[in-house]
Amino acid sequence: MRDVLDHAHDRVLDHGTGLDEAGVLAVLRLPDDRLPAALQLAHEVRMRWCGPEVEVEGIVSLKTGGCPEDCHFCSQSGLFSSPVRSVWLDIPSLVAAAEQTAATGATEFCIVAAVRGPDDKLMAQLREGVAAIREAVDIQVAASLGMLTQAQVDELVAIGVHRYNHNLETARSYFPQVVTTHTWQERWDTLSMVRASGMEVCCGGILGLGESPAQRAEFACQLAALDPHEVPLNFLNPRPGTPLGDRAPVPARDALRAIAAYRLALPRTILRYAGGREITLGDLGTRDGLLGGVNAVIVGNYLTTLGRPAADDLALLDELQLPVKALSATL
Amino acid sequence: MASWCDRCGGALADGDHTRCTAARALEPPRFCPDCRRRMKVQVLPSGWSASCAVHGRTGPDQPRSATGR
Repeated sequence: MRDVLDHAHDRVLDHGTGLDEAGVLAVLRLPDDRLPAALQLAHEVRMRWCGPEVEVEGIVSLKTGGCPEDCHFCSQSGLFSSPVRSVWLDIPSLVAAAEQTAATGATEFCIVAAVRGPDDKLMAQLREGVAAIREAVDIQVAASLGMLTQAQVDELVAIGVHRYNHNLETARSYFPQVVTTHTWQERWDTLSMVRASGMEVCCGGILGLGESPAQRAEFACQLAALDPHEVPLNFLNPRPGTPLGDRAPVPARDALRAIAAYRLALPRTILRYAGGREITLGDLGTRDGLLGGVNAVIVGNYLTTLGRPAADDLALLDELQLPVKALSATL
Repeated sequence: MASWCDRCGGALADGDHTRCTAARALEPPRFCPDCRRRMKVQVLPSGWSASCAVHGRTGPDQPRSATGR
């Protein structure tokens, strides 16, 4: 009897068309004994429609903590009793971070700030920082600064930011359970402006916030409708002091099912391992995901937590014979 | 000798901090182990630094400065 993977083979692998919401949900509900087949198909889809290369990125927090928003998963909100304090990174340290990232072979360096949206001080810091990085380091610069005005979008384009990250975080139907200080639509509006500007759109979210499998499928298809250049896939790393601080991490098999399902919903998109993979999947699961649809990684540390050493991920890519995407291929 | 857990800020003498110790493999410290003040922490792609207003700056490979800077 044919199941969703047979259907996906025809639709996604052969024609490059993503699964619809019902199809994604069916993948998310596959029994454990079908998981290897789902990952294998997702890998074949990735190889066919994206190729074997893996895009490597480093990220750094330019402005940490003290955020006025209440994203319930985030240790940087100033509204929770998180131990994370507000701190700004100076420009020489920012450039050094970009240099460290480039030394790993990464082609992307994303500058992140914990804000609702950038104010004049942050825009000035970013302007100076991007200029200093472009002077010193051969790497593509991305940014993640929250919600933007049209004037700010235009300025980011002008200073050479090539990709903008703004995560929708979760399904539209579940978002009000996770964030109350702004709406999913406000995030969508920023993404629409970014897309119209010509910057590449980077938009993903976090799995494990308490959403249902149906809402995971809903979210995958909302991302597909956005058609971003990149989808970073985070798994909740429960942070002390946040409203979700006591939630259990996503079970590894559910995380792998989600990786396969999101690849089958987004056959041509960069699907990036982002935060939480270490506690959710460990070393073995990281390998399974890279052979199950993921074609990009954040290497090194995250914004407030630590990751695997970059050398470990690069050694794994080498072992799996997955080449790191070269900078020349991104320009 | 540290008196406070640098992850949760609790007294090391009180309770079990085994989970904190395990979690610290993937987290920088957040509390000064000498005075339990919350530290300013900057995570970087290949490291981190933490600074206590009283006891100074430290990093993964960096001893605490006696000058507090």
